[in-house]
Amino acid sequence: MHPADRRYTKTHEWLKVEGAEGRVGITHHAQDHLGDVVFVELPAVGKQVKQGEQLCVVESVKAVADCYSPASGKVVKVNKRLADSPELLNKDPHGEAWIAVIELGDPGEVSSLLDSASYDKFCEEESGH
Amino acid sequence: MKRLEPLIYELSSPGRRAYSLPECDVPVPSGAIPPGMAREIPAELPEVSEVDLVRHFTRLSQLNHGVDTGFYPLGSCTMKYNPKVNEQASRLPGFAAIHPYQPEETVQGALQLMYECSRYLAEIAGMDEVTLQPAAGAHGELTGLLLIKAYHEHRGEKRTKVIVPDSSHGTNPASAAIGGLEIVTIKSDDRGGVDLEELRKVADRDCAALMLTNPNTLGLFDENIHVIADIVHEAGGLLYYDGANANAIMGYTRPGDMGFDVVHFNLHKTFSTPHGGGGPGSGAVGVKKKLAPYMPVPFVTFDGSKYALSYDKPLTIGKVKSFYGNFGVVVKAYTYIRALGPDGLKRVSEDAVLNANYVMRRLVPTYDLPYDRHCKHEFVVAPWSIKKRTGVRTTDIAKRLLDYGVHPPTTYFPLIVEEALMIEPTETESVETLDYFVQAMLEIAEEAEKDPDKVKGAPHTTPVGRLDEAGAARNLNLRWRKPGD
Repeated sequence: MHPADRRYTKTHEWLKVEGAEGRVGITHHAQDHLGDVVFVELPAVGKQVKQGEQLCVVESVKAVADCYSPASGKVVKVNKRLADSPELLNKDPHGEAWIAVIELGDPGEVSSLLDSASYDKFCEEESGH
Repeated sequence: MKRLEPLIYELSSPGRRAYSLPECDVPVPSGAIPPGMAREIPAELPEVSEVDLVRHFTRLSQLNHGVDTGFYPLGSCTMKYNPKVNEQASRLPGFAAIHPYQPEETVQGALQLMYECSRYLAEIAGMDEVTLQPAAGAHGELTGLLLIKAYHEHRGEKRTKVIVPDSSHGTNPASAAIGGLEIVTIKSDDRGGVDLEELRKVADRDCAALMLTNPNTLGLFDENIHVIADIVHEAGGLLYYDGANANAIMGYTRPGDMGFDVVHFNLHKTFSTPHGGGGPGSGAVGVKKKLAPYMPVPFVTFDGSKYALSYDKPLTIGKVKSFYGNFGVVVKAYTYIRALGPDGLKRVSEDAVLNANYVMRRLVPTYDLPYDRHCKHEFVVAPWSIKKRTGVRTTDIAKRLLDYGVHPPTTYFPLIVEEALMIEPTETESVETLDYFVQAMLEIAEEAEKDPDKVKGAPHTTPVGRLDEAGAARNLNLRWRKPGD
């Protein structure tokens, strides 16, 4: 179950709207599939991203995965703690291990993202062998 | 835990020597080493006797697993047995004791071998020209992409997009990125092949090339290959063949006949030279005529009586490797090709495919088969139902295989299959070895049901148990420090 206070992408990122900004991270489902995270390549503050564009790179013992921006805008803050403690992404993906804060360029985009119920269902279907 | 082999520094004792040079019996000119360049304090090298030195490295070598010690079904890596005659040939003084700057007339045999090996590979690939310079597969990919770039640029076209399927080898997008090209990933269809609709959407005027492995990383042959080639060619793009899986097709089909314009072979995989420890490899690249003007220099020519190195290619992309590539690997590949001949190579692919299908069908239904088709030289299964019932994952099964003396298959790749186990038995394994592996896999599956913790805690019989891979990656510690430093 993923928290209902935010929206989700089909590429397994979350976005939590905080006024004119949005906090971004990867989901519990994503970290579970990646396994132990060993490195996070954070985006640069000031970087302009479009919705669906690569935001950062997360490396685990299993794979290197691109993480895509759930919304367009400018990166205004990054979570520098992840540079030294990438394991936070496994421990608390929805809380302490947020990746970046984006100044939302188009708040209308948020409605295109999944709510928690639809995202849970999506995850279930995706691993439904 | 058993004590691991100590570091050679830890074996050191002052004054011990494995080999002592006699006193220098000629005067050493003063000032032979310029002031400031000579070492003032002696280097702190480990000091060990010869017997300790030999035992240390012999013990280390025994901790290793190689094709010569056991089964090695590492998918996509083609860990076939490497015939020892290859080694013998590559050590002949005419090949091993020559210098790249020697005059051409004194190395005619080496040049002939390079010339002929290029021609054989061109024939096997269905290509017109082959370069032996690239040092490994990914280097071949980069070379191929640079050729494609040069081709488009020379025609005055600016094409920057490289299309790769989501099942591709990770090196494909990586090589494209290093080559300064942009990567577009397309989804596979439900048969594990290229989704033609997706391909049509992205094959446009920006498309420089499509990179494809056929059979792909699922071990499945894409029967739409001619349609795929037409779509890309009609858009003005070129087709790149990743030859990592060439062990499946030799003598049966050729990348050139499938419509590919560029191909690389991993000589160290398909043509049997030892690999897996980081090289040396050889990523020979073949091209169709239209790309030949851009090929690397030098290349070997033959005028009917003598062989020579030529630099005569005005549009060349230049050198991609010092001298002429990893020549020793080329000698081994040449030996392999000559030893087997056309019929033998065809038989290699036939047996590789037969072995893979045999193992695949025996592992099902204990293991799930995401794409239920005949495979080529390798296949992908996943322990989905085992995991659901017992919590035992692919990693655990891979680690447990170590207790059976088997190198685990490739795990968690291709990325489009969750918990993937990618298995490539190769043609050189006997039915007894294959049965032993199948038996081990079935026993592990049974054990997962009865005693899941035993599998999750594996390996149990190796010099070290389950390693903390995350800890090792997070806290790299690669340097020995002198006690007290």
